[in-house]
Amino acid sequence: MRRVSLTVNAVEHEAMVEPRQLLVYFLREQLGLTGTNVGCDTSTCGACTILLNGKSVKSCTVLAVQAEGTEVTTIEALAQDGDLHPLQQAFHETHALQCGYCTPGMIMAALDLITNNEDMDEDEIRTGLEGNLCRCTGYHNIVKAIQQASSEMRSFATK
Amino acid sequence: MAGPANEVDGLGRCQGGKGLEFLQPTSLTEALELKAAHPGAVPLAGGTDLMVDLNFDRLRPEAMLDLTRIDELKQWWPHDDLIRLGAGVSYTRLVSEIGEYLPGLAIASRTIGSPQIRNRATVGGNLGTSSPAGDALPPLLAAGAEIEVASAGSSRRMPFRDFMIGPKKNALAPEELIVAVHIPKARGPQQFSKIGTRNAMVISVASFALAIDAGTRAISCAIGSAGPVILEAPEADEFIESSLEESGAWDARSRIDNSVLQRFGELVAQGARPITDVRGTKAYRQHALAVIAARTLTWAWDDYMASA
Ligand SMILES: Cc1cc2nc3c(=O)[nH]c(=O)nc-3n(C[C@H](O)[C@H](O)[C@H](O)COP(=O)(O)OP(=O)(O)OC[C@H]3O[C@@H](n4cnc5c(N)ncnc54)[C@H](O)[C@@H]3O)c2cc1C
Ligand code: FES
Ligand code: FES
Repeated sequence: MRRVSLTVNAVEHEAMVEPRQLLVYFLREQLGLTGTNVGCDTSTCGACTILLNGKSVKSCTVLAVQAEGTEVTTIEALAQDGDLHPLQQAFHETHALQCGYCTPGMIMAALDLITNNEDMDEDEIRTGLEGNLCRCTGYHNIVKAIQQASSEMRSFATK
Repeated sequence: MAGPANEVDGLGRCQGGKGLEFLQPTSLTEALELKAAHPGAVPLAGGTDLMVDLNFDRLRPEAMLDLTRIDELKQWWPHDDLIRLGAGVSYTRLVSEIGEYLPGLAIASRTIGSPQIRNRATVGGNLGTSSPAGDALPPLLAAGAEIEVASAGSSRRMPFRDFMIGPKKNALAPEELIVAVHIPKARGPQQFSKIGTRNAMVISVASFALAIDAGTRAISCAIGSAGPVILEAPEADEFIESSLEESGAWDARSRIDNSVLQRFGELVAQGARPITDVRGTKAYRQHALAVIAARTLTWAWDDYMASA
């Protein structure tokens, strides 16, 4: 076992982990943050997307021991005091989910995209989501939700 | 550090080897000493190749050597007319920080995986895997890159063609690590293209890189996914260089004739040594290469014509 200390959603944690433990299982099983899903375990589907030091990564291919000293953000950090984050609100309003399995990963991938890119057009959003698979929606409303949230987040930021 | 016996996760997949020893050096010197003491330790960079093998239980290493804490591997700097690219620089950083010096490698890097993959994955890992389908590799060969490898107390540098020696085989000794890649700064337009079964997140069925040296008026091509290693295409290089010379196109900055483009594509396809596998047949790969080679040359030449 190894000791790791890391910050998850602004809370500091110290824990003992097996060297082979994947970060996603550490988040889900040891910290009880089950919002991050596992769809494939092979870096394909994107359901496990989280932010590691502000960058989107697939937490099924990162070891918990590698997260030592990092800042992790998961879907649980987004809603504040019961108020949905603009991305969550937009997914809700535009019907950007059906079963919802891909949604946490989609939203975390979208958060990195919106933060790091000015005014994306539809094509850029679609390309930016190439690492996230959705079996239900056909992506159309997901793209719409991200466009809506992106303009809301920008206008909020400039207010 | 020894862990308990294999455990299988809820999906029935093993999450790693029995008694996995996890080594986490913070400097290159320490990493090379650990590698000398544990030559069987598997280096871990972005993990985008390695962790998939581990999760699928295709690999059960006794020890892993985590390279992600070593700052020396995450740096790049220009020296003379080269860029020294640390083995651990992510594709995302490569594209945003050095794309202008290494346009061919940057174009290829943008096609690798998805943003989440590019945030972690490295050129060092692509070299470590040495897959003929590795997308960073054809631009390295076309640009004349050299690979720097080191073991405790010594280091050596070799051209890419001496580094990759077979499918998933390279010249790295068990006690060595890949430290950096030395890549000449572009001296003219560079391009890359690949064909896959869908647009995103696929293993290339065929890929092609091309670099123009506008100073010496040389063109170098490299073919990926169509042979045991990344291949050069010297006949295609010579043919296109001499046709451009004879037609005066270098000075006139004029278009390349369709017949010349077609012949160039044919020569590239003839230079390939593809196999038939699950991703494509030999004939399909050859055909695809002829098409993407001509297209890639057109893009690069358009850039040349537009440059003053
Ligand atoms: C969803 C997905 C999509 C992908 N798409 C593409 C694609 O489009 N094109 C493509 O080319 N690849 C693709 N890949 C494969 C992979 O992302 C690349 O090969 C990447 O460059 C590997 O880098 P890494 O840092 O993650 O390597 P790792 O997985 O950490 O390591 C790969 C290998 O290299 C060795 N290694 C790493 N660093 C060193 C070093 N410094 N010295 C010695 N050995 C070392 C490791 O031991 C291992 O054998 C994809 C992978 C996934 C999961
Ligand atoms: S579970 Fe990580 S990408 Fe599918
Ligand atoms: S909503 Fe079901 S997978 Fe996306």
